[in-house]
Parts: sequence; structure tokens; C-alpha cells
Amino acid sequence: MRGRLIGLNGDTAVAYAVKQADVDVIAAYPITPQTIIVEKLSEFVNNGELNAAFVPVESEHSALSASVGAALTGARVFTATASQGLALMYEILWIASSLRATVVMALGNRAFSAPINIHCSHDDAYAARDTGWIEFFAENVQEAYDLTLQAFKVSEDKQVLLPSIVNLDGFILTHSLEGLYVLDDKDVREFLPPKEPVYPVDPEHPVTYGPLDLYDYYIEHKRQQAEAMRNSYSTILKVFEEYSEFTGRKYEPIKTYGIEDAEVAIAILGSSAGTARYVARKLRKEGKKVGVISFTLYRPFPASELRKLTRGLKALAVMDRSYSFGSPGAQLFMDIAATLFNEKERPLLFNIIYGLGGRDLKPEHVEYVFDKAFEVAETGETPESEIWIGVRE
Amino acid sequence: MLIEVRWHGRGGQGVVTSSELLARAALLEGFHVYHAPEFGPERRGAPVRAYTRISDEIIEQHFGIYEPDVVVVIDPTLQSETEMILTGLKEGGKLILNAVKPLESVVEKVKEKKVKLYVVDAYKIAMDVFGRPFYNTPMLGAFTKVTGLIKLESVLKAMEERFSGEILEKNKFAAKRAYDEVEEYVLP
Repeated sequence: MRGRLIGLNGDTAVAYAVKQADVDVIAAYPITPQTIIVEKLSEFVNNGELNAAFVPVESEHSALSASVGAALTGARVFTATASQGLALMYEILWIASSLRATVVMALGNRAFSAPINIHCSHDDAYAARDTGWIEFFAENVQEAYDLTLQAFKVSEDKQVLLPSIVNLDGFILTHSLEGLYVLDDKDVREFLPPKEPVYPVDPEHPVTYGPLDLYDYYIEHKRQQAEAMRNSYSTILKVFEEYSEFTGRKYEPIKTYGIEDAEVAIAILGSSAGTARYVARKLRKEGKKVGVISFTLYRPFPASELRKLTRGLKALAVMDRSYSFGSPGAQLFMDIAATLFNEKERPLLFNIIYGLGGRDLKPEHVEYVFDKAFEVAETGETPESEIWIGVRE
Repeated sequence: MLIEVRWHGRGGQGVVTSSELLARAALLEGFHVYHAPEFGPERRGAPVRAYTRISDEIIEQHFGIYEPDVVVVIDPTLQSETEMILTGLKEGGKLILNAVKPLESVVEKVKEKKVKLYVVDAYKIAMDVFGRPFYNTPMLGAFTKVTGLIKLESVLKAMEERFSGEILEKNKFAAKRAYDEVEEYVLP
């Protein structure tokens, strides 16, 4: 394993990666549970460890606006937010990706208000899913660090030029300390050379960004953007492969456990994937053929990979840490249902809602989900609607 | 091997710091660690908890700790919350109190739950060393002795990464003193 073993919480690990990425501009507004990232970065800039412009903006809307502007001048740019902060950025999220501004953002996943809650839901991650940003999910502190470095490489690649979000579960990862291997600055520079700007905003060579674009060309430009997102997948694979080889830490769009011969499985995002695997290992010892599928890459959604992986499964429980009101299913459930619908051989699907606002996902909850999955597999009958777990009735 | 620890104290007493220093010390010895503070509204004086998970295997699980092997109570007044501090403590587990003497209610509950009780007067140590009620590093010293899980040197080294100068020396001294003074409380 390349690097030096140290103990950091998720936020500090992200800030450390951003420092090593040698960003030029940071524009961010502090919001729990991401605050430590912004605090650490302002410290790094203040004490001279990082030579960057730190823009202390007055809101998240301004944070992302400033980030977009900076990225278009050719700067390497980082911002961070959570929950309501992302909601306030929403307008600019679309503009960032559509102007191909290669901003990297850390999202300390936190529930949307109301009621006010500072703990983890994936509401914010899902709110960004349609906006043209690449989205990664970290399962632990090591991944939060590694994915931050890789996000810059992916976003700034000339085949991609799209902004990226690195999701890390609020408190469970942002404020919790784990051991992780951090690379030497020299190694980071080797993996991530300085950004090479494409059509930068430059007074000597004027270019136009974001002009009026009506029914004459708008749809063509959206089509191009769709292609860019689709094509980013091959670059992401390349960067994952390069980083895996460089560090000895394997990165793939989808992580699996036991999927080769599993009868039933759970699909899940973020830090709970480890809890699901922890339970799956236990059940495997009892002879139960269970598996876990977790997504390191959420957008672009690794659809063809998922189709291959789910072929032998009888039932798949899709677990969402959010809710989509009035929808036929929550967000990951709909992604997976759409991905598998035209497959000849596909598992029965059902949707689990868990963990909203930081409610702990305990091993007994995961066991219940696996039991339910076996029941669905055996009876061939799926629940009529989603199942909420860990809820007091 | 998996050891789970729950720390009790009050806001401002360094509960989170104790748990973090333990995790860092264990990391220095090659263990896998997870340290999680419990967050609510941050209020000085309100009961606060922190959790440490230490294992020789990779820690994948990210759920809370409900059945700790060890409970450390940093604040001397919290032993009156007997139910709270003993909740979930495993049979054969260890309860470490900052006290001159445990309360009756604690002793009874300790017998009932078949756990071991350890006591150290960290209040006195803190007042002698710091002149202020800083209990967290002494209680970490006591933990180190009682569990034998990691070496005192590792704990002191973790402190060196966190503190410096006179503060460091005092914290090291306080931890060592509690390490020497903590005793198993023989149940009557």
C-alpha cells in the first residue's frame, strides 16, 4: 500500500487531499458537517502550506458561482458543502456542468430540512444526480481521500471537462477518525500534474461562455453534454485503474461482495456498505448465499456493469437513504429498476428506506433486509411499496 | 479481536479527545481503528459520549456501539446516572470510574451485570497536576492500565502528536499517574 499511515477524520482527509492537489482557488461557505474541510483549508492557506486564493463568500450560491468563474480561467478549484448549502447552489450546479467548469466539490451528506437535522441522509447527493456532475461515493475515510484526488484527474481530463462531487456520509465519515494511507506530495504531483486549461477566459483572447441559446442550438448542446457525461465513463475507468496501480488500493465503479454465487443481495451507497458486508460475511458463515453491491461511482451510473453483476440474482434489495415523495420508488431504486428492466434475466427488486437524518443502520436491520430478500426470492412476490426500516411505529 | 469502548463525560471535558487519542495510540500499534464522537447540540456541561472501536482486522462496520467491552466515565458526577453508564456493557466487561469511591447504586448494578469495576481519583490527579478539572488524559492512562490493550508509550506518543510544551508534559504526567493509581474495586 503506497503512502504513510495516519489517523484523520473524513473532513480532514478531504482537506489534506485538496492541499496535496495544489488547488489554485477555494471558494466555500462553512456548513455542518463539512465545516472542518473549509476550516482546515483556510488554515493551510493562512499558514502558507497551500498557495491558493481562499474566497470567503457570503453564501453557497456565491461559493459555486465564484468556483465556476475561477475554473473557467483555468484554475484548479475546490468547494465543499452539505444539505441546504447544496440546495442553495442548485441553480449554479447546472451552470457549472453546462459551462464545463471542472470544479471538484466535497459533499458531507446531510438531510434536507425541515425539520432541521445535521446528520446523514443522501438527499443532497441525489439532488445533484440530474445536474451533469460526476458523483462518487466514499465508503470510508481512505476512500474520501483517494476519491478527492481522483476526482480532479477525472474532471480535468480533456475527454471529460465536467465537475465532480465526492460524497462522504455526514458525521459517520466526516467527523470520525480512521487510519488511512496518504501519499507523499511528490507522488500526488506525479499522479495529478497541474491542470491544463481548455479555452480559458483570458482578456487577451476573448471567448464567450453561456450566451443565449434558444431552439436553434440548445438541444444540440445538451446532446453534446449528454455525450460528454457518457464518455466520461471510460476516463473514470482509466483513472481508477491508474490510481489502483499507483497506490495498490483498488478502485472500481461498483464494489461487490459474494456476488459471484449470491442468490440475494443488497445494493447500497456510502458508509453503510461496510455494515452490509459485515452482516453478509456473518450470514455466509451460516451458509446463506448473500451478496452486497455498492457504488463508488454513482453518476454516470455504471449500468452495463450492474447488468452483468445481477444476472444470477433472484432478489435484490435496493436501499435508499432518502425518499422521493410521490415517486414509484426512491432514487437508487429507480436507477436500478430502469437499468435492469429490459434484461431477460434479472432479479426481483424491492426498495428499502433507511437511516434518514442519521438513524443508525444496525446489523439486525441488514439481517432483516436479507431475510426479506430470501422471502421475495422464494415466493416470487415483491412488497407493494417500499419498506421503511429502523422506524418507531 | 475487536474491542469497543464507550466514553462518558460532559461537554468541555475532552471526552472526544480521549477517544481520539486512544484511536491514534492503537493506530500506532498497527490496529485498525474507528473513533466517533456522538454529536448533538454542543453545550458545555451536557452529557457527551464518544466511541472507539479497535481491531486487528479491517473495520468495515459503521454502525454505533451498543454493547461495549469497556465503559470509561470521565466525569465524577456521572456515576449517579447508573443506568446510562452501564447500558449495554457486556458481561465480563470493564467499567472505569473517576471516583474516590463508587456509589451504592453502581456497586449493586455492577454485581448484577457481572462486570468488573475500576476506580481512580482523576479529580485529585487533575487538581494536583493542572490545578483544573481536566480528567480526560488521566482517564486514558487508567484505561491503558486496566485493559492492557495498548502500551502506555503509545498513548504518550499519541499525546505528543496532539499537545506540546508544558501542556504536553502535564498531560503525560497525569496519564502516567492515573496509570499507576487506578485499582480494581473489590466488591463487598
